[in-house]
Amino acid sequence: MRQLLQTPSQTVGPFFAYGLTPTQYAYDFKSLFTPVLAQPQVSGEHIVITGQVIDGAGNTIHDAIVEISHADAAGQFVRTPADVASSGFTGFGRCGTGTFAAHHYVFNTVKPGPVADGQAPYVTVCITARGMLVHNFTRIYFDDEATANAKDPVLSSVPAERRATLIAKREVTGSGVVYRFDIRMQGDDETVFFDC
Amino acid sequence: MAASPTPPALSPRDWSAHPDPLYPGYKSTLLRGPKKPLLPIKQALADMAAPVYGADDLGPLDHDLTRNCIKNGEPLGERIVVTGRVSDEDGRPVKNTLVEIWQANAAGRYVHKADQHNAPLDPNFLGAGRCMTDADGRYRFLSIKPGAYPWGNHPNAWRPNHIHLSLFGEYFASRLVTQMYFPGDPLLPLDPMYMGAPEKSRDLMVSRFSLDVTEPDFALGYVFDIVLRGPLATRFEQELVRK
Repeated sequence: MRQLLQTPSQTVGPFFAYGLTPTQYAYDFKSLFTPVLAQPQVSGEHIVITGQVIDGAGNTIHDAIVEISHADAAGQFVRTPADVASSGFTGFGRCGTGTFAAHHYVFNTVKPGPVADGQAPYVTVCITARGMLVHNFTRIYFDDEATANAKDPVLSSVPAERRATLIAKREVTGSGVVYRFDIRMQGDDETVFFDC
Repeated sequence: MAASPTPPALSPRDWSAHPDPLYPGYKSTLLRGPKKPLLPIKQALADMAAPVYGADDLGPLDHDLTRNCIKNGEPLGERIVVTGRVSDEDGRPVKNTLVEIWQANAAGRYVHKADQHNAPLDPNFLGAGRCMTDADGRYRFLSIKPGAYPWGNHPNAWRPNHIHLSLFGEYFASRLVTQMYFPGDPLLPLDPMYMGAPEKSRDLMVSRFSLDVTEPDFALGYVFDIVLRGPLATRFEQELVRK
């Protein structure tokens, strides 16, 4: 039995940008976390992860905040500020959906490697927004990792008909590799959210 | 490939203390809260380390909202000290952890470009700040008491005075976004965000006035303690969760 109750969650509200993502939204305050996780010198395949957050009526959400965390191309997590300084890889990014066209979030990073034998590469995602009284956790897997995905213990624990909601689609564009991952809050193809 | 250190098992999110993600009183939840049940992840498989940052990343005035964005004078309004302790459910301090805050100005207006409330902006007040907790889990901000403001949820809806807070704690999984309210605010029982939290826990979001924290001739003091999920205490509990 715990001694203290957890402080209740509340919505981030519509006006978080100058506090949590000020540089992205051009406020006069330095962002601690940005949508760029990997500087050019970071080893690995440089990719963009982008998508929209979509509400139960099918509309894109323009005031969501998306945070991602993942291992580097070698499957190593960033553990200290010294790791970030030496590698140029932050391991964590934050992006609001209010500055890119059509309410996209856009992260520049490197494709993660598997963190352990038998696991597929993945990205942990936290989504919150006006209208979300509690933040939501999900995961991004990669559609070009079909063999590893088939064996991944977390993805395998998801009902088969819902797994596709967790898999980003790879596109090779003129400017590089882009993975598309939309987050659907409700509906038949509601994204799987985890209690973790 | 290299295995990461196995993260400790955390206590679960206590759904009896958090709001229902679909709370009809707060209309925006109805299209934005997930409707399907959340799926569990075995904790041993969930590396949920918090983002990495250091005290070096913070500016010297980041904790002082009365000074961190001044242009031609001091911000208007009632100066306040907001301080408290971040701990886990067993009272263990969460040390060296980031606390980010943002709020409206004294007139109830946010700097955010989308806020169209007809109340004045303050050229000397941004309303954003951050600091790190100390070795005892304590944090401290200087700010201006935020004003109440109207919003469109229902006719004549007003948000109580509040400050938004964002924390990670030691783990991404202990992430918390919440709001701090002020004692005795008559708008609290009318506010669907506050009332959306269960009765047994909503008072935990109301700060406490403290004369001890109040700085003579300068600023009123409010105390707001924050409780995050933390590692389970015993090996027995850890084993239960890993299974």
